Amino acid sequence: MLFIENHLLSFMMIIPLIGAAIIMMIKHQDKEIEKRNIRQVALWTTVATFLLSILLWAGFDSTTADFQFVEKYNWVGEDIKYYVGVDGISMLFVVLSAFLMPIVVLASWDSVQNRVAEYMIAFLVLETLMIGVFSALDIFLFYVFFEGGLIPMYLLIGVWGGANRVYASFKFFLYTLLGSVVMLVAVLYMFIETGTTEIPALMTHGFDTDVQNWLWLAFFASFAVKMPMWPVHTWLPDAHVQAPTGGSVILAGVLLKMGGYGFLRFSLPMFPEATEHFAWLVFALSIVAIVYTSLVALVQEDIKKLIAYSSVAHMGFVTIGIFLLNPNGIEGAIFTMLSHGIVSGALFLCVGVIYDRLHTREIARYGGLAINMKMYAATFVIFTMASVGLPGTSGFVGEFLVLNGAYTVNTWVAFGATTGVILGAAYMLYLVRRVIFGELDKDDVKAMPDLNLREKIIMAPLIAIVIWMGVYPNSFLEPIHTSVNSLIETHFSANTEHAAAPAPQSAAR
Amino acid sequence: MEFAIKTLVFLPLIGFLIAGIFGSKIGDKASQIVTTGLLFISAALSWMVFLDVALDGNKYPVTLFNWVTSGTLSFDWSVSVDALTAVMLVVVNSVSALVHLYSTSYMEEDPHKPRFFAYLSLFTFMMLMLVTSDNLVQMFFGWEGVGVASYLLIGFWFKKPTANAAAIKAFVVNRVGDFGFALGIYATFLLFGSVEFDVIFANVGQYKDATMSFLGHDYHALTVVCLLLFVGAMGKSAQLGLHTWLPDAMEGPTPVSALIHAATMVTAGVFLVARFSPVFVEAPDAMAVVTVVGALTAFFAATVGLVQNDIKRVIAYSTCSQLGYMFVALGVGAFGGGVFHLFTHAFFKALLFLGAGSVIHAMHHEQDMRNMGGLLKKIPFTATVMFIGNLAITGVPLLSGYYSKDLIIEAAFAAHSGVGEFAFFMTVVAALMTSFYSWRLWFMTFLGESRADAHTYDHAHEGPMFQMRFPLAALAVGALAAGWTFKEAFIGHDVAGFWNGAIDLSVKVMSHGESLPIMEAAHHVPGAVKLAPMIAMIVGLLLAAWFYARKTDLPQRTAKTFNLLYDFLLNKWYFDELYDFLFVKPSFALGRIFWKRGDEQTIDGFGPNGVSAAVAMVAAKVRKLQTGYVYHYAFAMIVGLAAIVTWFMASGISSGAGH
Repeated sequence: MLFIENHLLSFMMIIPLIGAAIIMMIKHQDKEIEKRNIRQVALWTTVATFLLSILLWAGFDSTTADFQFVEKYNWVGEDIKYYVGVDGISMLFVVLSAFLMPIVVLASWDSVQNRVAEYMIAFLVLETLMIGVFSALDIFLFYVFFEGGLIPMYLLIGVWGGANRVYASFKFFLYTLLGSVVMLVAVLYMFIETGTTEIPALMTHGFDTDVQNWLWLAFFASFAVKMPMWPVHTWLPDAHVQAPTGGSVILAGVLLKMGGYGFLRFSLPMFPEATEHFAWLVFALSIVAIVYTSLVALVQEDIKKLIAYSSVAHMGFVTIGIFLLNPNGIEGAIFTMLSHGIVSGALFLCVGVIYDRLHTREIARYGGLAINMKMYAATFVIFTMASVGLPGTSGFVGEFLVLNGAYTVNTWVAFGATTGVILGAAYMLYLVRRVIFGELDKDDVKAMPDLNLREKIIMAPLIAIVIWMGVYPNSFLEPIHTSVNSLIETHFSANTEHAAAPAPQSAAR
Repeated sequence: MEFAIKTLVFLPLIGFLIAGIFGSKIGDKASQIVTTGLLFISAALSWMVFLDVALDGNKYPVTLFNWVTSGTLSFDWSVSVDALTAVMLVVVNSVSALVHLYSTSYMEEDPHKPRFFAYLSLFTFMMLMLVTSDNLVQMFFGWEGVGVASYLLIGFWFKKPTANAAAIKAFVVNRVGDFGFALGIYATFLLFGSVEFDVIFANVGQYKDATMSFLGHDYHALTVVCLLLFVGAMGKSAQLGLHTWLPDAMEGPTPVSALIHAATMVTAGVFLVARFSPVFVEAPDAMAVVTVVGALTAFFAATVGLVQNDIKRVIAYSTCSQLGYMFVALGVGAFGGGVFHLFTHAFFKALLFLGAGSVIHAMHHEQDMRNMGGLLKKIPFTATVMFIGNLAITGVPLLSGYYSKDLIIEAAFAAHSGVGEFAFFMTVVAALMTSFYSWRLWFMTFLGESRADAHTYDHAHEGPMFQMRFPLAALAVGALAAGWTFKEAFIGHDVAGFWNGAIDLSVKVMSHGESLPIMEAAHHVPGAVKLAPMIAMIVGLLLAAWFYARKTDLPQRTAKTFNLLYDFLLNKWYFDELYDFLFVKPSFALGRIFWKRGDEQTIDGFGPNGVSAAVAMVAAKVRKLQTGYVYHYAFAMIVGLAAIVTWFMASGISSGAGH
């Protein structure tokens, strides 16, 4: 056990690769048996990884901001290391990634019939890379995981995607490539400047102000695309629409969190002055994103596109929260990312359920599902409510903290962002009205059966977590506190007083 | 007692879970019995708690566990009870229990009974969480929770497009209010460093003169806080400007209208302002706004109520108007008066709605009063209880509305302020109209010749004794006696002991040369002022009788003569059309522009599509190789990465060597 605990993160990254290797070797004359075996291996591999992530959470010490579960070996030469570890900011993202994987495997159980082995291998490799992104403590290692993660996702869209998958994957590729090239230049510069690739060392290096601005912008180019922030968001709706259900779940659930994580891990601690300098830019883009994409979501005719646009709006709250640089803002942003990971993942799964039955994402083709798919309807409405930030669900806590933090920094930001709460209700309820409610008058829709056992097994834990996060969010906030406070105190000490003691006379600027 | 409080709050939740999750397994009957039974237990416990709190002056701050802690922000889940909460517990659980019981019969033919009762119980639980909160955020939880329950119940008959539209409208318009509420919470936290009532109220004095910047200007901080919260109250309590959802909410089943859209949820705004009264009294400008909005709403809704033909819509506008009265009381500082009217109104308005439900039930879902008439002979019991309801709402002496409504009108006068006088005038005029539309409803429904088709009329009959008539009778008793029984406690000599610090009683006005608390001063207004609402009530009654019992062709002729005014009122001052033009249509249009012009033409056009056009030539060559694009891009990426690794390795080693 001790050996596993000492190398927990490595195990979490290796097990999926072992699973992938086993899948490669599975051959059987009966193709059905072969597929079944492949699915079984993928499922148990991801479950095992998830169980390890529970160990990670259980063993995590919430009282320190230091990196934990650290492993460090030389990798390429003496400079680039295999150096991993987690702190309060990254730990729950690792758990989130590991949690969503078994669900994705289950969700693809029946819907993916062609090239099953390759499909599962892509996901398992992706899992390794995702865990790597959130636990890498060497900037180059991070870069490899960060960009490497695109490849399996890119294949998932391009091979198992919908009719227009080539355009979508190409767009996805163009956007991310642009961002990552600029970021790579910045990474190289930082290495040459400091002589180290270790993230903890870079965090305390203290770059010159001018340099900070350039480096900040370079990283911003990459993270803004990943988030995605307005106006570099247009790859997301296409990618989601074309991706298979499992791909959408991971895309929305985990990959979109990498940008936000990147801001927290790199931009804030490494370039604090530039961060404060450019906070306005981020606020402005985020508010535009919230209002703009919410309005666009309102007029969508494709369910997946609508949810994709809503993701952009939600990520607007995240970017605002991060750059508020106070505890409410950052904790709210992390919480929003975790919640969105669950809720948007769940919503895409919900879309997958009906897509598997009717093979269309067009909203107008549905209607009246509350009659013949009662359990599905209830599930969909619950996730909708979480998405619109209903108190008591996970969606509320993060948004509330971000907006509360925003009000102490600037009332305009709080005011602008809060409009998203109204628009969010409008587009989601309008969606529910058209898909779930109304008359059940289409014959093929009438023939759709309610959730089957497998789908219930997928949805039940997601519902439970959405409520848990809403009613007792402290389980998720407690591991975050120390690291966030340390981040703020170390790099933005002026802000802590501000948030700690609201002075009545000149409280809001 | 703490155990009783916890039990009464969580029983409806248990009922919701049982009926909601296992409804289809345990069946209709069991779902109804469980939810209704639990609600009656809750109601009994509520009265027990109420008596304990009211008579013995106890308070029960009960904390369950911490909800959120982040930075210096921290708040708990709680089920705390003081006098104000105790009043709400009684109102909510009593009416809810009776509505549950009534619904067992009213919804008899509906195929989705477990779902209906689950929603009713969910609503009740959310309302209880709202009123037992010891902080603003849990209140917001209950606030949005009742909103969802309301959304689900308005849209209960989800096959009807109008019901769906009304449900969304209710939720979204309420979200506009909640937008204000949420900003109010943030402002409160910024100012007080806490969202807990105890901390806030203890520190109000300290921040009396503080200023706060809001959207670039400095304002009196407490005024900002109060006005933002009041925006929330306006949404939930359907005050002028954010009222448009309430009449449409009548699309829901009638018992829902009685419970949610008359007696309980819509009074949440009143509760919020009363709860926050220690802060509001330090923000005179906010108080003035509350008064004016309340007075305008009372007047506006009454005018619209005059001409509506749908029996439920008349009562809906009546509710809207009565809520305006409550805000007038709050605005002039007579908080006890506002809550007292909330209390009495719950009984007589729930009575009127359930009575209307009884009429609709008898008439086979007919709601248009133009197709009724002469029902007195067919359903005399319903006619009688609605008669009592009318006496109560119009303020006939000794009935409940008399004590609460007249106090509001008198308090408005006693305030001796500009807004007070305005409110006095508006509420007296509204009292006349209240009397007119209430009696108009009664005359059109129960008197005269039947205008229904013979079959419907012949088969009109009362609902079952226990399930439908008992709730009506119980509410009728409340309408008759609630005012007289509780007047001393809520607004009379026992106010200090009864409220025990739960609401602010400090507002004083000059009366006959001495400074008196406003609710006391209200008792000492000139005789003419006291007579004014009475006269208004009688005039309204006589006019209604003249129009609808004597000269029954007069209404139509009047409508023709004043057709512009009539259309204006019939179309509810064209608020819906205005909002559609200002907000709904532009939102969709903007969405489409952003999507097609913004995303697709501009961003994609110059971005990826522009690039891909350039790449297309290369791609065309690639296509000749008969392989997919995707592998090429993926391959290119891998090659790129490998190249970078190689380069990095080389330079890394060399720089490492350089050290």
